[in-house]
Amino acid sequence: MNLNESPIDQILPEEKQYSTLNLGPTHPATHGIFQNVLKMDGEIIISAEPTIGYIHRAFEKLAERRPYNQITPITDRLNYCSAPINNIGWHMTVEKLLGVEIPKRVQYLRVIIMELARITDHLICNAVIGVDTGALTGFVYMFQQRELVYEIYEEICGARLTTNIGRIGGFERDFSPKAWDKIHKFLTEFPVILKEFENLLERNRIFMDRTIKVGGITAERALNYSFSGPNLRAAGVDYDVRVAKPYSSYEDFDFIIPVGTNGDVYDRFMVRQEEMWQSLSIIKQAIKKLPDGPYHADVPEFYLPPKEEVYNNMEALIYQFKIVMGETDVPKGEVYHCVEGGNGELGFYLISDGGRTPFRLHFRRPCFIYYQAYPEMIKGSMLSDAILTMSSMNVIAGELDA
Amino acid sequence: MSSSERTIEILKEQFEDEILQVEALYDFLTISLKPEKIVTIIQYLYDHPETKFQYLTTLAGIHYPDQNQIAVMYQLHNLLSNERIRLKVFLPEENPRVQTLTTVFAGANWLERETYDFFGVIFEGHPDLRRVLNVEEMIIFPLRKEYPLEDQTREDKKDSMFGR
Repeated sequence: MNLNESPIDQILPEEKQYSTLNLGPTHPATHGIFQNVLKMDGEIIISAEPTIGYIHRAFEKLAERRPYNQITPITDRLNYCSAPINNIGWHMTVEKLLGVEIPKRVQYLRVIIMELARITDHLICNAVIGVDTGALTGFVYMFQQRELVYEIYEEICGARLTTNIGRIGGFERDFSPKAWDKIHKFLTEFPVILKEFENLLERNRIFMDRTIKVGGITAERALNYSFSGPNLRAAGVDYDVRVAKPYSSYEDFDFIIPVGTNGDVYDRFMVRQEEMWQSLSIIKQAIKKLPDGPYHADVPEFYLPPKEEVYNNMEALIYQFKIVMGETDVPKGEVYHCVEGGNGELGFYLISDGGRTPFRLHFRRPCFIYYQAYPEMIKGSMLSDAILTMSSMNVIAGELDA
Repeated sequence: MSSSERTIEILKEQFEDEILQVEALYDFLTISLKPEKIVTIIQYLYDHPETKFQYLTTLAGIHYPDQNQIAVMYQLHNLLSNERIRLKVFLPEENPRVQTLTTVFAGANWLERETYDFFGVIFEGHPDLRRVLNVEEMIIFPLRKEYPLEDQTREDKKDSMFGR
């Protein structure tokens, strides 16, 4: 018998014994609560059956009972790696419904916050790709940088992970000098570390062997699956909401949209990496061009008045009471607003019937939409590549399950 | 002629009888259609060289208890001309049935499962119409308006203690 010919190869496919592997729901390598029932032939995945919904919290139903400003904390818990983008996206949806004009300064401040959030989102994803390929060092360094951004959030709104940042109409207060100091500190320190991290992995032979041509998807399939964000761009489609439908004055800034070619793990990594550089550039431009002016729009029905006003002015007292009790009626209407979230097009489809709460609120959650392509993407690959594919898609359980 | 007017014209050429209402809601072209041919219409808009709505942004259900209707909303996007369109079909509350869109968009799969899960809309021809976020054993469709947010059978929570 030829020694090179393994006896397993001689067995006909239908006689093959497949094994079933239950990956998850709580598996440390999946970074969240996902279950996948894998049908395996040795170490090769034949098919996968994902089950989701383990942390479903009925956000769309909850939102139907809550006044508009109380929905912001719900949006925090969608993609909790970039909560400020969700918050600001929701505020902009309500502002669109109300037809409020937002001062330029607020728009620029929002851009700064949203780009910081994008950096933290991509940074976690890329650092975790490093961990899953066996490079823990980069992860530790990058998390230190994430801490700096969280300190900026803390200075602006007092919270760190679930930020509830800003208000409908703007910000509750202007950025303090300390917040600006921290932003400048981050802008000087972060590029050095990011460059170091990039050098560690970008041309690393082991990393490239593990990621190139792994978990790929073609542009056609990605579009058919309604991919968006970095995952779609890695497949070679230059769709970015910030450019396609600029919001919050994104048209004022000069940045490029990186695209990949194969849509594999390496391309997704590189796209996110380049987006972080672009985000840094946008933040710098926004700080440079930052205009003076008020830090919130003139929407007394939704924006809490200052405390002195409340005690001395009848109107302010009424508004304070109405906002706190959530008794402000909103005009009738049906709006869709989308922002470029950490994972792609984050949409808010809102129907108001004129009451104090939405009639219907639907979140277009990019994760939920592209995670359904996961079985197709890992079919025929190794188990360890499946883990890597999942972390490179940046599937966030909170956004997936709403 | 603006692009949205052109879209309406293209639709009217072929499906004049199917259109119920055309409106622009906050600059978003919204067309209400009869439910029978919705997938044919979407396929037509997908293939037509001038519309090319080849990206499904989202799909969701809406319950209108006053009219005893459940609406299914489709949002399509033409990435080349950057044009968006919203299509709506209205289904009867007792037996909401509509054809599946998975034949056109693979991404419609879970979105339709979600709509089934929360509104009970049956998508005919769907490859795997099961609940996606809620437990399989659930017997209600929770986003319908007749189901209140809190479980009304609970006895451990007294409303008077919460000022209600």
